[in-house]
Amino acid sequence: MPLTDSLRDDILASVPSLRAFAISLSGNGDRADDLVQETLLRALANIDSFQVGSNLPAWLFTILRNLFRSDYRKRRREVEDADGSYAKTLKTQPAQNAHLEFEEFRTALEKLPQDQREALILVGASGFSYEDAATICGCAVGTIKSRVNRARSKLSALLYVDGAEDFGPDDTIRAVIGNSSN
Amino acid sequence: MKDVKPKGGLNAEIQSRIGHQLRAMYDDVVRQGVPDRFADMIRKLDGADAQAQLATENGKTEGGE
Repeated sequence: MPLTDSLRDDILASVPSLRAFAISLSGNGDRADDLVQETLLRALANIDSFQVGSNLPAWLFTILRNLFRSDYRKRRREVEDADGSYAKTLKTQPAQNAHLEFEEFRTALEKLPQDQREALILVGASGFSYEDAATICGCAVGTIKSRVNRARSKLSALLYVDGAEDFGPDDTIRAVIGNSSN
Repeated sequence: MKDVKPKGGLNAEIQSRIGHQLRAMYDDVVRQGVPDRFADMIRKLDGADAQAQLATENGKTEGGE
């Protein structure tokens, strides 16, 4: 559709969550903003291919996610942030304890496989439905559900459970989610 | 939620803590709003500008898709 003022406003309104998604994926604030910039350029350049009435945030997230993926393939994941550049992107530094817990959480999140991390973020933080997350990641809804469940299970094990050998991950998933019938 | 007794202390409370931390981390960034550089770009560029800028960048970094 043509680039109307209201469409520009809608794109603008998506920027904060695009940045949050980009930072969650890349673990690095500077690189995240490069990703967002490239995403916005591509969105503007290809706005004619955006269908009226379809989900704009999902469209933008798809672009960003694909950019991150191709970038990743080129560069490999540079696990940066030894200098806490992620934390520096935050305006308010949490109090000491909260900060520690936050750092532990972030570190645990970094340990997840990329597929699981992005699924968890899209559903658990960005607030997309499983269906939208599946569209964004180009996979089946069931795949997203299982990635999210595995991500949650692994985070639990990393953060809250000592002696993770007590249980197998698959048992854990079943125990945690019960029987999520669809 | 089924009444399953999870082994190893995994439970709904932990899941809710994970959800809470995930959103807290994410929302910290969301609350920063829109940096000026992006606001300017979105307000000023039209499709052709964006295409031109992309073409320049891709020229530098050997072809995008």
